Amino acid sequence: MGEVIFGSGGVVPAAELPDVELYHAKTWITKYVFSQDAKVIAVQYSITAMAIGVVALVLSWLMRLQLGFPGTFSFISAEGYYQFITMHGMIMVIYLLTALFLGGFGNYLIPLMVGARDMVFPYANMLSYWLYLLAVLVLVASIFAPGGPTGAGWTLYPPQAILGGTPGAEAGIILMLLSLILFIIGFTMGGLNYVVTVLQGRTRGMTLMRMPLTVWGIFTATVMALLAFPALFVAAVMMLFDRTLGTSFFMPSLVSMGEHLKYGGGSPILWQHLFWFFGHPEVYIVALPAFGIVSDLISVHARKAIFGYRMMVWAIVIIGALSFVVWAHHMYVSGMNLNFGFFFAVTTLIIAVPTAIKVYNWVLTLWHADIHLTVPMLFALGFVVTFVNGGLTGLFLGNVVVDLPLSATMFVVAHFHMVMGVAPILVVFGGIYHWYPKVTGRMMDDRLGKLHFWVTFLGAYAIFFPMHYLGLIGVPRRYYELGETAFIPKSAETLNVFITLAALIVGAAQMVFLFNLVRSLFNGRLAGGNPWNATSLEWQTPETPPAHGNWGKELPVVYRWAYDYSVPGAERDFIPQNQPPAGVAAQATITAVSAAH
Amino acid sequence: MAEPALTNVSEALTRPGSWQGVASDWASDQRAFKNVSWGKVMMWIFLLSDTFIFSCFLLSYMTVRMSTTAPWPNPSEVFALEIGGAKVPLILIAIMTFILISSSGTMAMAVNFGYRRDRVKTAALMLLTAAFGASFVGMQAFEWTKLIHEGVRPWGNPWGAYQFGSAFFMITGFHGTHVTIGVIFLVIMARKVWRGDLETERRGFFTSKKGSYELVEITGLYWHFVDLVWVFIFALFYLW
Repeated sequence: MGEVIFGSGGVVPAAELPDVELYHAKTWITKYVFSQDAKVIAVQYSITAMAIGVVALVLSWLMRLQLGFPGTFSFISAEGYYQFITMHGMIMVIYLLTALFLGGFGNYLIPLMVGARDMVFPYANMLSYWLYLLAVLVLVASIFAPGGPTGAGWTLYPPQAILGGTPGAEAGIILMLLSLILFIIGFTMGGLNYVVTVLQGRTRGMTLMRMPLTVWGIFTATVMALLAFPALFVAAVMMLFDRTLGTSFFMPSLVSMGEHLKYGGGSPILWQHLFWFFGHPEVYIVALPAFGIVSDLISVHARKAIFGYRMMVWAIVIIGALSFVVWAHHMYVSGMNLNFGFFFAVTTLIIAVPTAIKVYNWVLTLWHADIHLTVPMLFALGFVVTFVNGGLTGLFLGNVVVDLPLSATMFVVAHFHMVMGVAPILVVFGGIYHWYPKVTGRMMDDRLGKLHFWVTFLGAYAIFFPMHYLGLIGVPRRYYELGETAFIPKSAETLNVFITLAALIVGAAQMVFLFNLVRSLFNGRLAGGNPWNATSLEWQTPETPPAHGNWGKELPVVYRWAYDYSVPGAERDFIPQNQPPAGVAAQATITAVSAAH
Repeated sequence: MAEPALTNVSEALTRPGSWQGVASDWASDQRAFKNVSWGKVMMWIFLLSDTFIFSCFLLSYMTVRMSTTAPWPNPSEVFALEIGGAKVPLILIAIMTFILISSSGTMAMAVNFGYRRDRVKTAALMLLTAAFGASFVGMQAFEWTKLIHEGVRPWGNPWGAYQFGSAFFMITGFHGTHVTIGVIFLVIMARKVWRGDLETERRGFFTSKKGSYELVEITGLYWHFVDLVWVFIFALFYLW
């Protein structure tokens, strides 16, 4: 692939695509606030996501304080604890990770990496961000609503989610559902942009099989999101009607607080199906961009072509497709026909195959490579290890008989935090350290970065490894406090204290990151255009940070894949994607010639 | 958008004619779908996503119809109109469906005349389509009013399962919203056609994208989709 020369004749004129119609902002407000430039939108998405992420971080601290020192903190009530759980989960999964990977990384990297001037529909892209911001604000508003935010658990299972007695059943749940609906509408506007830009907006020579894996990951995840979010949208609309109009989509006939409610005939299981038809693809909506980004980080910082590029692409696509037929493995405990259980267990375990291919390929990329232990590389390596750890417990939980006893325990908490909490977050950090120089023109501080990495990485293991053990001895999840039980040994409390301390330290390390992020903006070392000597197009922009329109007068022409590192006989240890092969004249001359014709 | 870009023809001709060739043609540079504009691809993908929304609504309706223990009202009786003393089952919905399907025909004609640059006929046919759509929504409002007068509510009805009213109002309401949005877009587009905006490639007020007659076709794609969805709603709600 790397050797294929673009165009048999060798004459490749640079191109302006016919329907590039850039919106040129004239005022400061249209340039930086109501901006239609994907790069500005990306930064807006990222800042908003990180801001709401800090809220989720504080909530996790509060939860850990309660679990580590039950009864010590009078300001944490049982209701409050459930509200913290719910908001923490919702924020982390949807408002932080989905928004940051697709809205943040997607907006910044897709146009630059495929050689486009911007997203194809900048106006819809702008609306996407503002709807996302509105969704976040509605979510935050629910914290201050009477009764507080919903405490139904992030899965919002009916009937309890909307019944009195559940915290936030008054207004919190309504605002939560409205916020989700707004998020989905906003995401659709952005998602259509990402997909169409990748499909139809690439530059000359940028074939699908020359795209960096980052683009493949974000692209596939976006397609999945466009097909999975509808299920959540429909579920949210129906639950909103159940709560506000008194319909009975999810509500069976039931007695609550001694009162026979007016509901009847609905199906609570229907919510679970709809929610998890969204919820499982959501895991991979978060994981696939991480896979893609990590592949690029490893390749760049190990100065070696990614091993098995074609396999990596197909693995991403196959994982994306398979993740739509595994959703009911979240519902083993709800009970189902044995044959269904068998089917979903099999599909779940099959996903391990393409996933394992990816892990092998990452490791084989590192094999005999010129590894530079830069901060992004450390995070990438941390991801691979963590993902393997989290993935292995996934194999346990994919089996019905193993899942049933473990499902309600801390083991599950440990599993999904490793695999879709810690692992993607490590990639988020790695990606930020990696692309920060392109976004701002300055490097982030290396020493603070390494400190941040080691505390976060080791700390995450200190938090979640013991949690597996706690789960195995039967410590239940979702419990406000354990109290006196016959089967949980006293030592569990000691471990809980240890986990809490680790969580506080890891949380504090994120403040180091935020400090680094802000300080480097002013004090960071100047980066230059291509500090990592990387090949992909975003590092070849004429200006850093890239100007409006990304490229100068002409779009770049791509001659090779994104992984020409350490090519034998080459001048440098990397060959940019837009560098013509020997024997093909440089782009500028050719254009001059073709203009003369 | 007017200029189709079959990219790099000389290179495309060197690719093999096997299945591998199919794959590499599709994966080749610039565009996966050659000669297809950004706007049209976006509409198709949006419609795919919207298909999932309607599928989820309809599957949920089928699920609650099975989960409820109360009897399901008989649609032939519920959706009957009394005309001249006789109860005619499904008469209103038959007329509504006929009108909506006909509007697909006028829309297709509008697209055709659009590409022939016949401004007057295009705009007139689009307005006719919009009028059909508006009368569909109007009759739906009449149907809603009639059912509400008979006591049907989202949370209950006089004949049985609560879910009858909830699913009916939710799904027809969601579809009616789609039709209404379509009518608004048709009117806006018809105005653009009438003024000749699409010929002068006048830029959109919000999006600042250049206008072209393809916008008529893209509006048409949406409109046909909304009609197609109605066929499923009609079959699953009124005939089942």
